Amino acid sequence: MATMLGAVTSSHVPAIGGAIAKGMQQDPYFKPFFDGFPPVHAWLARAKPDVAVIFYNDHGLNFFLDKLPTFAVGAAPEYRNADEGWGIPTVRPFKGDPALSWHLIDALVADEFDITMCQEMLVDHALTLPMALLWPGGGEWPVRIVPIAMNHVQHPLPSLRRSWRLGQAVGRALEAWDEDARVVVLGTGGLSHQLDGRRAGFINKAFDAMCMDAIVDDPERLTRYSTHDLVREAGAQGTELMTWLAARGALTGRVSRIHSNYHIPISNTAAALMVLENHPQQAPQARAA
Amino acid sequence: MTGKPGKPDIPGTTLFDGEMAQRGYALNKMCYSFNSAANREAFLRDEDAYCAQYGLNEAQRRAVRNRNVLELIAAGGNIYYLAKLAGIFRLDVQDLGAQQTGMTKDEFKAMLVAAGR
Repeated sequence: MATMLGAVTSSHVPAIGGAIAKGMQQDPYFKPFFDGFPPVHAWLARAKPDVAVIFYNDHGLNFFLDKLPTFAVGAAPEYRNADEGWGIPTVRPFKGDPALSWHLIDALVADEFDITMCQEMLVDHALTLPMALLWPGGGEWPVRIVPIAMNHVQHPLPSLRRSWRLGQAVGRALEAWDEDARVVVLGTGGLSHQLDGRRAGFINKAFDAMCMDAIVDDPERLTRYSTHDLVREAGAQGTELMTWLAARGALTGRVSRIHSNYHIPISNTAAALMVLENHPQQAPQARAA
Repeated sequence: MTGKPGKPDIPGTTLFDGEMAQRGYALNKMCYSFNSAANREAFLRDEDAYCAQYGLNEAQRRAVRNRNVLELIAAGGNIYYLAKLAGIFRLDVQDLGAQQTGMTKDEFKAMLVAAGR
């Protein structure tokens, strides 16, 4: 049976890609952000995941407004990054896990999540940057991936409640996956930020702090925020919190906070990072011999 | 309650909803094309022709010509696609933030730093 190790949630600001490309991790502007990652590397070295299921949002690389799925599950043997138009270098391709993709697709549709299935899918900075932050240094990526893209472009966006339930459905499916694999889930984006309008530059430190506490012990509290509430509190792009809720939803056991980091600003964003470890519920009683 | 259903009254914020997505379709489609370097070069070579090819309306064409983010948003532009247009002019999201808030870039960056205190 698959083992659910936990979740890593991280911001994915494009400027991070620029900083990595230029080797600016210790630059005073970026250092407080990058210094958050060594404890994540240590946790990953202990947890040894084989596969990462990644909740993220495409920013107009793979999807356009002509056909915009609310939730899309990748089912490709390989995923590539590509030119996004504003010039961060692309990263090396990722290996997929089609067997797990189709297991998730089957399970999600059976669970009444009518997702879009993608046998070809470009993955943008929202996926590539957290991967580069978790596994820096080049070479083969040590995990296979299954990307799950969530609509964060065009309203109506999926609500936090729906995102949470999607994550729970993914968690149930992973629990039922009959493979001896170690799984980590990622949620990428956030926290509070706003890029557009006269309110550009809006950040809400107190709200973010509440979210980072609640997501550990009381994530359902966050599901009570409507999308409009969330825009008001976290900024027009702070709604990326949906990916964090989905990742948290996939943790079916007891959850503890291993590590967190929070820094304002990276570019226009309150940059945040958390590692949540999953402690599976008591295994069923061993059968009598 | 203010505003019509589905249109929350959030200061300084335009939600990119179905109405805006219809209004901005041509503009956003052009911006989406800027994922390709060849298309970015074609735009720079002949901006008028490129905008005409995508069927931008007058307000959209004017907003592009003015390099004005608030006008681009009012004309239906979505910020994720507009960022690709801005990239052609080597403008990042802090340049866009400064322009929209009427600040210098340094003032805008200082406001962000202050939000962390």
